[in-house]
Amino acid sequence: MDSIKEKIQSKSKETRQEVTGKILSYSAIILIVAVVISIFAFVASKGIATFTQNHASLKDFFLTTDWSPTAVGKDGRPLVGALPMILGSFGVTLLAVLFATPFAIGTALYMTQIASKRGHRLLQIVIELLVGIPSVVYGFIGLSVVVPFVRTHFGGSGYGILSGSFVLFVMVLPTVTSMTEDSLRAVPSYYKSASLALGATEWQTIYKVILRAALPGILTAVVFGMARAFGEALAVQMVIGNATLMPKGLLSASSTLTSVLTMGIGNTVMGTVGNNALWSLALVLLLMSLIFNLLIKWIGRRGRF
Amino acid sequence: MDVGQYDLNDTAIRTFDPKEHELAISTDNLQVFYGDNHAFYDGSLQFERYKITALIGASGSGKSTFLRSLNRMNDGVARVDGQIWYRGLDINSPRINVYEMRKHVGMVFQRPNPFSKSIRENITFALKENGIKKKQQLDQIVEESLKGAALWDEVKDILDRSALALSGGQQQRLCIARAIAMKPDILLMDEPASALDPISTLKVEETMVELKKKYTIIIVTHNMQQASRVSDYTAFFHLGHVIEYDKTKNVFTLPQKKATDDYVSGNFG
Repeated sequence: MDSIKEKIQSKSKETRQEVTGKILSYSAIILIVAVVISIFAFVASKGIATFTQNHASLKDFFLTTDWSPTAVGKDGRPLVGALPMILGSFGVTLLAVLFATPFAIGTALYMTQIASKRGHRLLQIVIELLVGIPSVVYGFIGLSVVVPFVRTHFGGSGYGILSGSFVLFVMVLPTVTSMTEDSLRAVPSYYKSASLALGATEWQTIYKVILRAALPGILTAVVFGMARAFGEALAVQMVIGNATLMPKGLLSASSTLTSVLTMGIGNTVMGTVGNNALWSLALVLLLMSLIFNLLIKWIGRRGRF
Repeated sequence: MDVGQYDLNDTAIRTFDPKEHELAISTDNLQVFYGDNHAFYDGSLQFERYKITALIGASGSGKSTFLRSLNRMNDGVARVDGQIWYRGLDINSPRINVYEMRKHVGMVFQRPNPFSKSIRENITFALKENGIKKKQQLDQIVEESLKGAALWDEVKDILDRSALALSGGQQQRLCIARAIAMKPDILLMDEPASALDPISTLKVEETMVELKKKYTIIIVTHNMQQASRVSDYTAFFHLGHVIEYDKTKNVFTLPQKKATDDYVSGNFG
């Protein structure tokens, strides 16, 4: 009896394991949180410096189109009009998602409702392959196939928002497809049997029941696709033309926040206006990705009927 | 107890004289295969109109498989051989428009499965797809069906609320209302009360007895008290065979086959 009493009150291998496990997971979390906070703090302090130290105007940043941070305007403030890049980023993102969504929904419907097990596995492999291709390869294909294609069929130099969104379309397609597929798969199978038992056809069932039920998930997939497209740099930079000018249309050379960053960051010196202005762009990117994330969370919460 | 000890081909299956009984649906040599697995053998059953027929038997006895074959819900899932006669037509034939047929042979499932829409929309969904657009007419059918499923009094003020907010028993009666809104001839029910508490079960049973004035009901149930309470006829399924089929009273009190006797007296199953 006494040995039991003693054991109950003393520490054992198991209790020590518990403590070690807790310490390990807590330190992992602390490290990650610290990294995220540092990144935010760093980008924010650098990005804000453009407006505090270099006295650029926030209004000009979002509303004017003249981007030459090293030069000074009539009012003595640096010229940091980022509107062309912001518009370029939103342009390629929205167009890419607009192209990708119908294809993604079609593919996901085929995979969940129609395809045999083998067909489904085959498509899954294709989609996973698409995810795995490095973005520089996409950019290179864009440069050698999409740009000439756009040039001959749509006109212009071939470089521009349209080419950028074509390349991004292929890049976001697997993300949107596989997430749409997940959300379709999450629709309880008894919805389908209920609908069929009422005499609905497969198409009526898919359109009126399954897609409706999966709508929040599909929207989330689309926003994820947007986040990916918004943040993609290399492939877009290779086909968009990189002119920091107001885009005149889908076919004129323009730029995105990311492409200006990748082009410029190596050519500026830390602490100068030119460098700080780029950090401001980075801050906008960071905030946008935060907004996309919040949007996803919000849709997810509202989606539960 | 070894359940394989019975002679599965020694059966006692009631047939109906068409002069005295009006038949709603009947099967001839129905067999069901899941791939190589022969799930149901040679079922030739007749179902009388405006009666409740219960299909009883242990899990895996093929009763649900049989039921789901009747309105072709096994299409694409299993191979169904044999004939299913409805209004003089073999509805198991590939020429049949299954979508039209299912409007006349409705089904209620084991688990309440309302759509995540409002109560009203759950009922009007199929009606709208069938071209009924007038609000007045839709409202009328919603009311009739909910009354038919004994749910109207409980939900008449919350028709536009989510159907998922209802209790399990209410959801199941909503599914019944949804099925009868299509005005089917036959209602197939696959263990409609097995996921419900006793009070909800009782309500669903009362609803069924009320419904048989207008519909022919075939119900699969695990619950033998339920079968004896509500049904007029009972078929006992065992290992993919129909062993006995007769008036419910006879099956439960004077079973002719040993397997039936053992099952209804609770010796296995």
